[in-house]
Parts: sequence; C-alpha cells; structure tokens
Amino acid sequence: MAVSKQRVGMAPAGAPLAAEAPTPLAPAGAPPAVGRKGRSEFVYFAFRNWKFVFGLCVVLGFLALAIFGPMFTAHKPLDFAGPTDARPSHAYWFGTTSYGQDVYSQFVYGLRSAFLVGAVGGGIAWLLGAGIGFTAGYRSGWLDDVLSMLTNVVLVIPTLAILIIVAAYLHVHSYATEAILVGLTSWPWAARAVRAQTFSLKTRDFVDIARLSGRKTRQIIVTEIAPNMSSYLLMMFILLFGGAILIGASLDFLGLGPATSVSLGLMMNNAYAASALLLGSWWWFLPPGIGIIGIVGAFYVMNVGLDEIFNPKLREL
Amino acid sequence: MIRYLARKLLIYLVTFFVAVTIDWAIPRSMPGNPIEQLLARMHAQPESQRVLTSYYSKAFGFDVPLWKQYLNFWVALFHGDLGVSIANFPTPVWELIRGAFPYTLALLVPAILLSFWAGNKVGALAARRKGLDNTVLPVSYVLTATPQMWLGIMLAWVFAITLGYFPVSGAYGLTLQPAWSFGFVGSFLHHWVLPFLALFLVSFGGWAIGMRNMIIYELEADYSNYLAALGAPTKLVRKYAYRNALLPQITGLALALGAVVAGAIVVEIVFSYPGLGTLTLNALQNRDYFLIQGIFLFLIMGVLIANLVIDIAYVFIDPRTRVGMQGGS
Amino acid sequence: MSLRVDDLTVYYQSLRGDVKAVDGATFEIADGEIMGLAGESGCGKSTLGKSLIRFDTRMRYVRGSVELDGKELPVWDDARMNPFRFQEVSLIPQYALSALNPTRRIGKMAVELLKSRGVEIDTVMPEFKRRLKLVGLPQDILERFPIELSGGMKQRVVMVLSSVLDPSLLVADEVTSALDVSTQRAVAELLVEFRDRGFVKSMIVITHDLSVLYQVADSILVMYAGKLAEKATADTIVRDSRHPYTRLLLSSLPEVGVRFAERRLKGIPGRPPSLLAPPTGCRFKARCPFATEKCDEQPPFCVLEPGHEAACWNVEAA
Repeated sequence: MAVSKQRVGMAPAGAPLAAEAPTPLAPAGAPPAVGRKGRSEFVYFAFRNWKFVFGLCVVLGFLALAIFGPMFTAHKPLDFAGPTDARPSHAYWFGTTSYGQDVYSQFVYGLRSAFLVGAVGGGIAWLLGAGIGFTAGYRSGWLDDVLSMLTNVVLVIPTLAILIIVAAYLHVHSYATEAILVGLTSWPWAARAVRAQTFSLKTRDFVDIARLSGRKTRQIIVTEIAPNMSSYLLMMFILLFGGAILIGASLDFLGLGPATSVSLGLMMNNAYAASALLLGSWWWFLPPGIGIIGIVGAFYVMNVGLDEIFNPKLREL
Repeated sequence: MIRYLARKLLIYLVTFFVAVTIDWAIPRSMPGNPIEQLLARMHAQPESQRVLTSYYSKAFGFDVPLWKQYLNFWVALFHGDLGVSIANFPTPVWELIRGAFPYTLALLVPAILLSFWAGNKVGALAARRKGLDNTVLPVSYVLTATPQMWLGIMLAWVFAITLGYFPVSGAYGLTLQPAWSFGFVGSFLHHWVLPFLALFLVSFGGWAIGMRNMIIYELEADYSNYLAALGAPTKLVRKYAYRNALLPQITGLALALGAVVAGAIVVEIVFSYPGLGTLTLNALQNRDYFLIQGIFLFLIMGVLIANLVIDIAYVFIDPRTRVGMQGGS
Repeated sequence: MSLRVDDLTVYYQSLRGDVKAVDGATFEIADGEIMGLAGESGCGKSTLGKSLIRFDTRMRYVRGSVELDGKELPVWDDARMNPFRFQEVSLIPQYALSALNPTRRIGKMAVELLKSRGVEIDTVMPEFKRRLKLVGLPQDILERFPIELSGGMKQRVVMVLSSVLDPSLLVADEVTSALDVSTQRAVAELLVEFRDRGFVKSMIVITHDLSVLYQVADSILVMYAGKLAEKATADTIVRDSRHPYTRLLLSSLPEVGVRFAERRLKGIPGRPPSLLAPPTGCRFKARCPFATEKCDEQPPFCVLEPGHEAACWNVEAA
C-alpha cells in the first residue's frame, strides 16, 4: 500500500508505489475471509476482475514466449546470424544487431533471464522481507529493535550503489548470482510493510482469543495470522518480482551482469554502445524495453486487480 | 520532535558507519589484487613492476596492517580525501566527483521535486474525476514499469535523432565553456530537457498512482464522512484528505531516493551527460576501484543527508510529531 | 410536530441486488421528544438514522417523505439537503471515536468546519467552549490532537460539536455502544441534558441496548428486519409491549437482583431473514411463537391506543 495499504507501501525499484503495496501507511482493510469458503470466493471474484485477468494473461503470454521461444529460434542469440543492422524482415523478425545477431532470438532468451532474475531475486527478497518483518513484528522487544535497525540501514543505502560495488568486484557470472544479489538488497521495504501488518494483526481480538485458549505461538502464527496475511504476501511478491526485473535490467545496462548470456538490459547496453541510436536501429533497442514494460506493467495491473479481489470494499458495483 | 529526529539521526549514523565499512572492506576481500591488475594493464617490465608495486602499495596504503588501513580510511574520509583515481592518476577522486556532481544534481533535484509535486497533484485530481482517472491510471502504470534508461533511449531516438529538436549527448554544446552566459545557459537547458524528462516521467507515474490511492482511502475515512454529514463543502473535505495523504507520500519520498539516483546514473549514461553516472561507467570500465568507492561513498552520504532533510521537513508537515507522538507510520 | 416521516424506503445497492434495509417507515416525533430506535444488528435502524441526514454512496432512496418543523426535508437530494445539515439536522456518528481529523488540532478543525458552513465564528465559538466545559472537558482540549484524547473525551467532543448549532433534530447513532457501563450512563445523561437545556429540540437515539433507552428515551420505536415493529412510550414498551418481537426482546434481558436457579435466559431462536429477498408478509413470522397463516400478509403498522402502534395480527394474543 494504500493492498490497501494499508495499501501496501512501496518502493519497488523504479518508483514509489506508496499506495500500491499494502503497507502500514495505507491501512489494510478487514482481514479477508479465509478457509474453504475463502478460496472459492477468491476464484469467483478473481476471474471476474478484468485487471487481474488481463495482467495474468499478459504475464503468462510473455512467460510462454520465454519458455518456448528459445526452443524454436533458428539462431542462437550471440551467434553471427546474418547481415548486420538489418531491418525486421521475414527472415529476422526483429532484425539484426550491429554484429549480425538475431534480435528476436536475443529477445526471447532475454525474457528467460528476466523471469529468472525476477523470480529468484523477488523470491529471495520476499523470503527475507517476510521472515524478518514478521519476526520483528510478532516478537517485539530487543529482537524487533535489532531487526528494525538492520532493515532501516539496508533500506537507506541506495540499492544500485551497493550492487555496483559488489558486482564490480564479484564479476557476476550467472543470472542466478545476479538474482541473489538483487534479492539480498531489495527486501527492506517488504520487511517494513510486513512488520507493520503483523503488528496490526497481532493486536486483533482473534489472536488474543487464540492465545487465551492456550494455543502455542507457532500454531497461532500458522492458523490465525498467516492466512490473513496471505493476500498481502502474494501482492508483495508480485511487486518484488517486478522490482527485481527492473533492478536487474539496470545492472545489466551498466555492464555488471553476466557477459556470456543475454538479458534485456544487456541488449540495451549493447545497442547503446554500438551507437544503435545514431544508426536508427530502433528494432534493437525497442523490444527489450517493451518486454520489461509489458511484464512489469502487467504485474502491477494484476496487483491492482488482486487488491480489489481481496478487499471487498474496493469491488466495483 | 527531538526524540523523533534523534532516532533518525542514529539510524543514519549507523548506516553511514556500515556503508563506509562495506566500502572499505569489499575491495579488500575480493579475489585479485588491484595493484596487480593495474600493472597488468600497464604492461610494465618486471623490474618496473616491482618498483611500481611498492610505490602503489604506499600510495594506496596497502603497506600497513589491515586495521590501520581501516583507521586511515576514516581519517582520510574526514579530511575529505577519497583517495586517488587509478585510471586518471594522479587526479584525486574528490576532484573528479566534484566536477561531475553538479550535473547530476541539476538532473536529480528538479526531477524529484517536480515529479513529486506534479504527480501528487494529478493523482489527487484523478481520484475525484472518473474520466481523468481512466487515462491517468493506465498511463501511470506504464510509466512506473518503464526502465529509465530505455525511456531515455526512446526520447533520444524520437526527439533528438528522428526529429532533431534536442541534442543527444553532453550537457552543453561542444564549443562552449561553462560560464554564466546566455549562450551557455541556453545550450545547457537544451541539453538538459531529454534526460530530465526520462527521470521525471517515470517518477511522476509512481507518485500519481500512489496519491490517487491514498486520496481515495482518505476520502472514505471516518473523518471525511463526518465532515460531509455535517455539510462541509467538498473543498474542505478534499483539503483535509490531501494533507493527510501527503504524509505517507513524503515518507515514500525518502524511500524512493535510492531508485531515482539509480535512474539518474543510467540516464546520464544514455545521454553521455557528464555527471556521476557517466563517471561511474568510466570507473567500471577502467576498473578504477578507488573512483568507484569514492562515488559509492558520495552517493550514500548524499542519500543520507537527503533523508535527513526530508525527515526534518516531515516534522513541519505532520503536526503530531511536534507534540511528541509518532505521526503516520 | 417536529419530525414526520412517511413511508420512507431506502435500499442498499449490492452486487446481488437491492438489500431492503428500510421498508416503509412511518412515524412522528414531537418537539422536545427523545425517541429511541432499537433493534438487532442489521435491522435497519442505523440506515434509517443515516438516511435522515446523508445518504451513503450505496444507499438508494426508493420512496417516502420526511418533514421537519413543517418543511420538507429533501433527503434524496444531496445538494439540496446541505443547508439543512448541521444546522437543522445533525448527527453523532457511530464512528465518533474516529470522526476527528487525526492531523488537525480540535479547535482548528472546529473553526474551519464552522467557517465553511458560513457560521459566525465570534458568536458560536464562545458557546462551543462553554458547552465543552459543561460536559466536563478541560479548556485546553481545543489545542490537542484527537490522538491525545481518551475514547470518552472524543465522544463528548463530537457530541458537543454536532449539536453546537442547536439543530432541531439530532440523530445519535450507537453513541454508547463502544463505552464501558459507567461512561455509558454519563453519556446517556448528557444526551438528556442537551435536550433539557434546549441545545437540541428532538433526538433519535439509535441503539440495540433497550436498557439504555429506558433511562433516556421518552418513546421507543422497535425495528425488525427493515420494518417497524412497535412504537410506544418507553414505559409502555417495557411494561406493556404487544408485539411478539418486543416481548421476546425484553424477556431476553437479564434483570438486576433477580436470580433464576432453574430457568435460563431466553434468547430468540433463529436468525433475522436476509434482506435481499425478505419473506412476504410479516418478516418475523419464522421466529414468532404466535405465527399463523394470516402472517403471510404484511400486518400494517397501526394504532392500538393513542401513542401506541404495532405491526402484528396477534397483538391480543401476545
């Protein structure tokens, strides 16, 4: 925000979406219905929400392209395939680069890296953020203080700066490594959001009742708190996924990503370095951006849809 | 109020300490010896290598034990000494940064301030006009999902290369020297527009979406309903909603700084704008470790100071902080 | 006659159709009368109260008229209602504890609100301060933020603010529900005092708590599932109610000083009907011990004796 959140707070890379992610800044609505009824209710509303459906379709479309595209390309992305700087044609759908490489092939392989970085980077950030945030929020006391200080410190340091320093020395060799780095630096805002959400849930009556009836802490977490946070966590994961793709693209653009494979950011880097701008080879630098905007934008739209699905107050009449 | 600021200051000091330590530690814990790599690039003779190695060891302070290097680092830092650039030896790092920094600032400050102001205003407007909302929302979502360097490339391609309205690189004309003259300022602005737009538009999208959602939330709040029930004009209700929605947005501004700085770095590269971004790229390509470290530290300090400024501004905007309560989150 | 409501019908729009929250409400309140509006959760009492001052975004006016002090009250027209709000009709909302802008000092917010309604600040503010003192709030409260106040204090601030322009009708929506018992009594007594001192002419006190109404109200109107069940003086309702629902409601209240060894508190078995598709005829028939075939036809809300009305075919049997 405001997930209304309390619409979740924000700060995926690229721009603050203060009221995008559910955050303490934007209060969360009442906990959604959970359980068997909850799940079927979700499905009922989910597929009626055009934003969710649209976003999901676009993401799945790109995913399909990322998975199956590389299986059917005539040329490998880095191979010399034909004439240099060729315009899009029947033979080369997206044209060729200044080195005679097939842009389309680079594009679909690049989509693979994007999804990899997004999933792994976003996933790691999600695990860290949710874990740290939840522990800090639920346990309070000195553990909370320590974790909050850690969160604040990592939060303030500009992500790209840290990544530049590390990647410059580490010589990233694979997208998995890059994803891990990205994940390790983008979790703080998620931790903050989860912590605040945990706080507010912890003080709700149903948790007190559970505690009074003698349930163990872990039981309480799993049966009372987690289900109510599940929608929140899902939306956060989506935002982190999108954010990881954006950060990864910036890293690749700076030449800090792996050099032996292809990514969308690297395509832009190469295009720029080879003066594609001056040559007017728009088919080289246009597709990678469209790919990123398509995936990340679709994720954001999906998120808006999810917010409406989970928060009955937002559902259109 | 004092407690609130003191707590923030503590966080920043700890962050600074951690950042400096990271900055110092990473080069020294990475595989490879920077001096060796430097000499390798110089293709020096073996004897010269030995002499140069001891010279550079002294120059870069590698000849003392590790803990002393750490202390020296801090001492040098407080003297404003960020070391010497390897690639541009013997130019001090600070001098290079000082030359590049104003250009980055010229992009960052207007981009941040204007996108915040315009984005919030448009977001608030969109929250109450369905028609406007239907255009602002999708556009803003596309903008936030746009990588800044790609937007820079597209703007350059459309407006500079194809249409020729704007130049595509540099901060001012090749034949000009920085000076306070109409000619220079005009050329500067001409070169400034496209990189500024690349940063501005992406941030604008984010703020617009955020504010729109916050305003909707505030307009549904109990206090808004109460005022309306008592017949208050919508202007008053909106004024309260706007003020309250602005608070989390300002908090968000502090969080977004890192992202904008990252954006500025890549946009500068696209336009060969002589700011910290281009400097960073050169440093990376030349493996100029000290320059990289220096830029890193400089960025961190800048972001920390900016955060502090925003926190101070927040105190004035959220009256509850002055009474000793934590406002907002 | 101070307030006259005739066949007021208000529905809620929902995804699955109209929720018939208030169906054909007809009643009158005299000058200076405090009428309690009682019923279970979801019976429509809050909706009825709200519809007299401002419609929620989901409330839909269907039919009916409202007349206040002889003038028509255009409740269905948001713009035309505005001059009446605050000055003639006012509201103490159910959410009074969060009704104050958290980032505005109370005094500043009050002044801005009053100014925006075109009220003479110089005459009203001293009166406002006087009344704050009257309800036991310290003078410096105007300088404080809502977060610094306790629940009871905020409740009182909202009560005073809502009635500061001496409205003809004050709707108090569940003002005691969120408070502890002793504060409940204090607040209830304050309501009566407001009326006695002439701050408000008539009042509608909405609550599910009949015992509070007995202390405070002159007359009580009981609602069930969107329809009016019974209206009479508070005394009559408590001692001689005729509608089966009212009687069951009263018998489910514990009595002070009475102990039962063998009996249990009788609730009313069953649940209120869904208001999306309410049953034809009397809506209480499913739970009513006296229901007959006649109850498939909606009983009219008719006068039993002067000042006592009920909607039931079996008023003699009850």
